[in-house]
Amino acid sequence: MNTVFQQVDISHYIYLSTVLFCIGLFGVLFRRNAIVLLMCIELMLNSVNLLLTAFSTYMGDSSGQLFVFFIMVVAAAEAAVGLAILVMIYRNTRSTTVNFLSNLKG
Amino acid sequence: MGLYALILWPLLGFAINGLLGSKLPKTVVGMIGTAAVLIPFVSAVSMWGAVQEGALVSRAFTFLQVGDLHIEFKLLLDRLSLVMALVITGIGTLIHLYSMAYMAEDAGFYKFFAYLNLFVFNMLILVLGANFMMLFFGWEGVGLCSYLLIGFWYHNPEFGYAARKAFVMNRIGDLGLLLGLFLVIQHFGSLDYQVVFSEVAKVSHPQWVYTSIAVLLFIGAMGKSAQIPLYTWLPDAMAGPTPVSALIHAATMVTAGVYLVVRSEALYALAPVARDLILYIGLATSLMAAFIGLKQNDIKKVLAYSTVSQLGLMFIALGCGAYSAAMFHLVTHAFFKALLFLGSGSVIHGMHHEQDIRRMGGLRKAMPLTYWTFLIGTLAISGFPFLSGFFSKDEILLHTFQHSPVVYALAVFSAGLTGIYMFRMFFLTFHGTYRNSHYPFEKVHESPALMTIPLAILAVLSVLGGLLNLPHYLTHNMAEGLAHWLAPLFVFGDASVHVEASTEWALLGVAVSVFAIAFFWMRHKYISQGAVAEEDADMPASGSVLAHKFYVDELYDSLFARPLQRLGEWMYRVLDRKGFVQGTDALGAITLWKARVAARLQSGNIELYLIIMVLAAALMLGLEMFA
Amino acid sequence: MSSLPIPFLVLSFLTILCALYVVSSKNPVHSVLALIVAFFSISAHYVLLNAQFLAIVNLMVYAGAIMVLFLFVLMLLNLGKAAEPIKSNAWAISAAISAGSILLILTAAFQRSGEQVYRNPSDSVGLVKNLGKVLFGEYLIPFELSGALFIGAMVGAVLLGKRDSGDHESAALAEEKGENA
Repeated sequence: MNTVFQQVDISHYIYLSTVLFCIGLFGVLFRRNAIVLLMCIELMLNSVNLLLTAFSTYMGDSSGQLFVFFIMVVAAAEAAVGLAILVMIYRNTRSTTVNFLSNLKG
Repeated sequence: MGLYALILWPLLGFAINGLLGSKLPKTVVGMIGTAAVLIPFVSAVSMWGAVQEGALVSRAFTFLQVGDLHIEFKLLLDRLSLVMALVITGIGTLIHLYSMAYMAEDAGFYKFFAYLNLFVFNMLILVLGANFMMLFFGWEGVGLCSYLLIGFWYHNPEFGYAARKAFVMNRIGDLGLLLGLFLVIQHFGSLDYQVVFSEVAKVSHPQWVYTSIAVLLFIGAMGKSAQIPLYTWLPDAMAGPTPVSALIHAATMVTAGVYLVVRSEALYALAPVARDLILYIGLATSLMAAFIGLKQNDIKKVLAYSTVSQLGLMFIALGCGAYSAAMFHLVTHAFFKALLFLGSGSVIHGMHHEQDIRRMGGLRKAMPLTYWTFLIGTLAISGFPFLSGFFSKDEILLHTFQHSPVVYALAVFSAGLTGIYMFRMFFLTFHGTYRNSHYPFEKVHESPALMTIPLAILAVLSVLGGLLNLPHYLTHNMAEGLAHWLAPLFVFGDASVHVEASTEWALLGVAVSVFAIAFFWMRHKYISQGAVAEEDADMPASGSVLAHKFYVDELYDSLFARPLQRLGEWMYRVLDRKGFVQGTDALGAITLWKARVAARLQSGNIELYLIIMVLAAALMLGLEMFA
Repeated sequence: MSSLPIPFLVLSFLTILCALYVVSSKNPVHSVLALIVAFFSISAHYVLLNAQFLAIVNLMVYAGAIMVLFLFVLMLLNLGKAAEPIKSNAWAISAAISAGSILLILTAAFQRSGEQVYRNPSDSVGLVKNLGKVLFGEYLIPFELSGALFIGAMVGAVLLGKRDSGDHESAALAEEKGENA
């Protein structure tokens, strides 16, 4: 029984994912470049993926990993559409910083 | 089930004509409308025998169930309601027939028949209901139909006002009726006639209970039957088409008040104060309306005031406790007043919507059938011996004589006035010379057969109506048929006449001579002297007061309408404009200001939104975890 | 902590470092590159967890496709060193507080949840064979639906990315009309 995951407690994976998630979150809050924002979102998604995989392995249930698979599907679609929107925005405003986008102002 | 057939046919007719009438040819609409009233008439006649055995009751469903109060949708056909139902459907059928010709040109033909059928339905509910709730239901229903039909030609705003006036006046009376019903519920715990009247018969309540209920019910009757002070709507109601005036405002609906009092005989027997009130109000109404009728120049207005006057006479009878005499007069009045209204309709039809008797005259030659039937109606209402009106009016006079000679004298005076204004109108309309320059005499034409046949039937009825209740001095076998027919219904009994034969003959003589004086005076004035009613401008002061109906409308206007209007204006100025408008403006301004403050939160700054979102998520998670 | 295996520690350290660099780098291109490294290290984590299939897919989808897309957009828009307005310290602090509070709450929640016994740890669930059986059995319909999702996303991206041809046509039409007039 020498596989790595049997020597590592699941709690470490949880902490790792939480830290990654919060770093991504911080990036979303802190950065203004929309492309970087999208990247931070990808980072957050990945931290969740990692957590799901860890749980799946530790429980011996493959559903978690399939969920990761589906999350990747959604993430790919999201990145494609998001970047397309970004290109559109850039075309209209010559900028990708989000603070120009204040059309939601009430 | 049999009883439901009576009320369902008119409802069916209303539904068919109301929903599909615009697509059906006029003849079909008229046939449906007439059949919907004729069939109940035939079935009511066929139930004559059965009713003689005892009242028919049929119960459909529970109308209301509140606490201990249980009100059923129940029909009751007893001797009284059978008489009413026969009058309603019988005269109703004739008037429907008549309307087919009278309204033939009207665009709202199908609507007219739908309303008429709805009216008959409600009126039948009113008289056939087995409890006060059903009566109230029909009462309101006929009020609605009356409103709809008075305002039938709603393009004329005057007619619309008349309809509204009728509705509002009736509403005042209805309030009294409603309060009376509440008192009935409070003291007798039910609205069912049988229960209530058997409770009343025990005389176990204090006097004031009977009196107050009786007075309140009479206030309802005042509104519906156009008694002082709520009578002013009826003359204005003549704005409706003439068949409506004949059916609703002469023969049936306005007699609902009489029916109500007769029905509640047990109550009134125990409330002498209320009976006196009825007597004096009836007397005052009868005299006042007769006076006003003397100077009216609109052929329908004369008839309207005559109706008010005759209704007053019926209430005089009720006040004397002579219920069957009132019912007798109700029936005969329905005959000859329907006849007179339809006759006036025929005149109006022939004269192309001319209603002013100053513009008529000499119509005898142009419309002979109308002339003869109208003559019969006029004789009947004025008390020509041995016509229906003579008998019924005479019986009432007899009762008043027994009650008090003063009342008798006034009632005879009122009867004399009836003769005067009726013959004045009659001679001005049919005799003398033609006086309308706008409409050549050659164009005046007799009405079609559909209109004259009902006139002829009603004329026959007006002549023979007296047979219903012949006085005992004429015959012994058939005497007082109606009184005997109704007698089993009364808890405390009907007032009976017991004066000496010589007195009775003397009174008859008085009645005949009053008629004769009226007839010959008017004949002298309008035929021999060829007098013509004055134009408004050259009227003497006394006549002017009468022509303006004693200024009662103006009095009501300045007593009630204008103060209310001024109150309304004041409310509008002060409460509405200052209070509500500025108040709501202030509320709006405050909201706007708050919204502006809150809108600053929506800066459009996505980063701020994000931070708030994350913090909120943290807060929610934290609450979930630690709270 | 000392008992933790070296590969896990190294990979975790690398992942966090790269993530921090993604967030802090001023040059978006550097961010992308750091993110690719982070994804590689996460894939390595998957290998450690015996989820080989996911490890490969992660590399292909994220590090391969998505990040290339990002790079491509960056190059296309020529944002290499585009000046990103630097936020004030107040922003940094409030962002840090927000993210930190989430971190705090998540950890606290985990601490409170107490010891969990994870039964039946298995080293074979992540194998392609097992996943395939479940994916094409139990999850067949979601799998097909994800195909539909991709089509939708693709059409959407194309529509968004396309220049609005209608505008040009109508503009050209208007010009023609103007000339005619």
